Amino acid sequence: MTPALRELEALFPRGLLRQPGELVAYESDALTAFRARPLAVVLPESHEEVAAAVRWCQKHRIPYVARGSGTSLSGGSLPVEGGLVIGLNRMNKLLRLDPKERIAVVQPGFINLQVSLAAAPYSLYYAPDPSSQPVSTIGGNLAFNSGGAHCLKYGMTSNHVLGARVVLPDGETALLGSESLEGIGPDWLGLFVGSEGLLGIATEVTLRLLPRPEAYHTVLAAYDTLEKAGEAVAAVVASGLLPGAMEIMDSLAIEAAEAAVGAGYPREARALLIVELEGETPQVEAEARHLERVIRDSGAYEVRVAQSEAERMKIWKGRKAAFSAVGRLSPDYIVQDGVVPRSKLGQALAEIERLSERYGLRVANVFHAGDGNLHPLILYNGRVAGELERAEELAGEILKLCVALGGSITGEHGVGMEKRAYMPVMFTPADLEAMRRIRRAIDPLELANRGKMFPGSEAKPLSHGPHPLEKAGVIARE
Amino acid sequence: MQHRIDPEKIGPQGEVMAHAIEACVHCGFCLPACPTYQVLGEEMDSPRGRIFLMKEVLEGNLSLEEAQPYIDKCLGCLGCVTACPSGVPYGELITSFRAYSEPKRWRSPFQKVFRLGLQETLPYPARFRAAAVLGRLARPLKPLLPPALRAPLELLPEALPPTKPLPALTPAEGPRRSRVALLAGCAQQVLQPGFNWATLRVLARNGVEVVVPQNQVCCGALALHTGERARALHLARKNLEAFAGDYDTILTNAAGCGSGLKEYPLLFRGEPEQDQAQRLAEKVKDISVFLVELGLKEVPPLPHPLRVAYHDACHLAHAQGVRNEPRQLLRSIPGVELVEIPEGELCCGSAGTYNLEQPHIAAALGERKARNILATGAQAVVTGNIGCFAQIEAHLKKLGRPIPVLHTIELLDRAYTGQAPVPAAPADP
Repeated sequence: MTPALRELEALFPRGLLRQPGELVAYESDALTAFRARPLAVVLPESHEEVAAAVRWCQKHRIPYVARGSGTSLSGGSLPVEGGLVIGLNRMNKLLRLDPKERIAVVQPGFINLQVSLAAAPYSLYYAPDPSSQPVSTIGGNLAFNSGGAHCLKYGMTSNHVLGARVVLPDGETALLGSESLEGIGPDWLGLFVGSEGLLGIATEVTLRLLPRPEAYHTVLAAYDTLEKAGEAVAAVVASGLLPGAMEIMDSLAIEAAEAAVGAGYPREARALLIVELEGETPQVEAEARHLERVIRDSGAYEVRVAQSEAERMKIWKGRKAAFSAVGRLSPDYIVQDGVVPRSKLGQALAEIERLSERYGLRVANVFHAGDGNLHPLILYNGRVAGELERAEELAGEILKLCVALGGSITGEHGVGMEKRAYMPVMFTPADLEAMRRIRRAIDPLELANRGKMFPGSEAKPLSHGPHPLEKAGVIARE
Repeated sequence: MQHRIDPEKIGPQGEVMAHAIEACVHCGFCLPACPTYQVLGEEMDSPRGRIFLMKEVLEGNLSLEEAQPYIDKCLGCLGCVTACPSGVPYGELITSFRAYSEPKRWRSPFQKVFRLGLQETLPYPARFRAAAVLGRLARPLKPLLPPALRAPLELLPEALPPTKPLPALTPAEGPRRSRVALLAGCAQQVLQPGFNWATLRVLARNGVEVVVPQNQVCCGALALHTGERARALHLARKNLEAFAGDYDTILTNAAGCGSGLKEYPLLFRGEPEQDQAQRLAEKVKDISVFLVELGLKEVPPLPHPLRVAYHDACHLAHAQGVRNEPRQLLRSIPGVELVEIPEGELCCGSAGTYNLEQPHIAAALGERKARNILATGAQAVVTGNIGCFAQIEAHLKKLGRPIPVLHTIELLDRAYTGQAPVPAAPADP
């Protein structure tokens, strides 16, 4: 054992993982195409321990990544090869919930859904609802500025985080934001949220809670083409309504979700539109009548309205399980995440269909239609030679399409490992250089989540276990 | 998920394991559903972590010894199967992996004797009874024993109820509506023989003729789930014979045994009896499912209202997907107020012989379950599995609030026979 590791062991007498059987489990997040074996995993239990780990990394020039539940779809919490993983799962406490101030202060390992459960007795909730909300942590949500079905109306994580106590890459502590909506000075918190772990590690997060809507009205509309569903979205918005969420699933996604949770979706539909109204009862009732007319005129051949909270939850369960459920249709798939302007939805979907045919790969579509956030799922079989490469190429084409239509290469999953190469499609060299300079001003050694977000900053880690030479014992990593 | 497992090299179970690993997309939805992850909070003690470890072992990248501690900690509760959106057959994976790895692993002589002792005792009612009597006599020696031997002693009941053999045939009362065969279960015959008698009475009252094949043995689940495949096969073969008669339905009243029988097709994969095992598995039904399908005869009201918490046994809820039927039965008893237990989908920590082999995690889960049950303010807790029954009873007692624990069928039986459902003066005021 090296002196550096002995030092780490002294810092973490009961939260250090070093054995191969322990490290293997941390090699990937939810993007298994990439794998990297860390040097070690530490499980700090306090702000001070996080700071100690970061200082140790600084001292020994070891790159690190903070990790919550490891649900990143862009490889954002993939370990840096030979680096340290700072697992925040033991920092999973609710520190304070103040119903009068409508805030919750949580540790970074606290689970998203648990915030709403803890706030429920006060008729409050936490609005951002990524599909991973029963699993993903607030720390990860903050790092990737997570969205969710309801960000059409409420915005992303950044709109719901008021303050954070963070450990900066030099091991110093900073307090960003405050407990109120009005801050003074530059919006440092705004810079931090969504920085994908490159600017530091949050150890305490102050979240804004909202009053739970009094009433919901959830409509499921079935269409015989994807375009009609896309046009219906534009029609709903044009009619002046602002629903809480508008989601579309295509036939492959419907098939997968039905197999997974039996949500009761019309199986033969080519596209399914979920629209949810929420607010005070009289308002929702009035809007529901309005929505009914719009949907009727949009050419839906079947319309259902959730009659109970249980039915509503079932509709959402199907939608939120859809990504993972696609695992039932195909051994491998890439979850893409791009944005197009809402008015270009139909065009984007038609183009994706053409690309799918050209590449000979099935593409399932599940997306936040209301805000133009597409999630094409590219199905492939990694055992067929060349299919992964084809799938990656198709994924790239879709991203370029999003940018060409005036959108973005990521809506909510982040750049992480997966989309580094597409940053130059979206940003000019000058943009990227400006970002690099901000990063180096805060982390001159580029230790925090090294290798992510910026194009070509590190060699791609091995995606399928050790190198053949390593397996043969010719080379080693330590 | 990608893998490089060569199923050919691993045998008939290789394909089962490779398929399960392929289906996992590593999304992490299993994490909150996993009791060991809840207690330990480390990735290798989660379902997807274990899947990764098993994959690495099967691919030859990781030694079995490195992976084994984490595989051993899995309760096999299958909470992850319920949570998994991509349909990973985790139960088939862990069972097959344990069977694959058991002959290859090193165990200390003490462990070997301990495990052999369990396997040679629990499945055989006469031996188990004798061992339980001995165990009770040994209680004063508890502080002198190694920790591994203390857990089983703590779970033994104060007194064993008297037992008499079950009749080979129990006729239906009134016109016969159905004829079934009953698997009597092994441990429950010793610990709670009343479950089977209550089952016979309720079935007879509902016009069902019950055959108890006298040559039946333990279903083999205890052996199968601890990697003792040969032993499980040996037992299962005897049951294929014992239940070969012309029965439409094979009933079980212990969740673990029901799912054990339903696993015969996996156990017999690649064996000559594969088809026979499939046919048997298709006939297996839990008592609650059977009664709901049959339609209960009217149940008389309880003498006084009773607030009942229903505990989902993992091998009913997660392994067999049976959740509504037991609740439906309980609701059909006038006077029962049914309440749900917080974190109801989380295992109680019993899990076959798990509470004997991993006593610390089992105890943490047992206590958590007992606290959750008490939080409902229930006057009694009802479940459909002997293992959960013993675990919950022990942990309620430990917390000093021993509210009565009953099998679903017992409460039904007491309502039919007009007995008080629980002793007077319920523990919770």
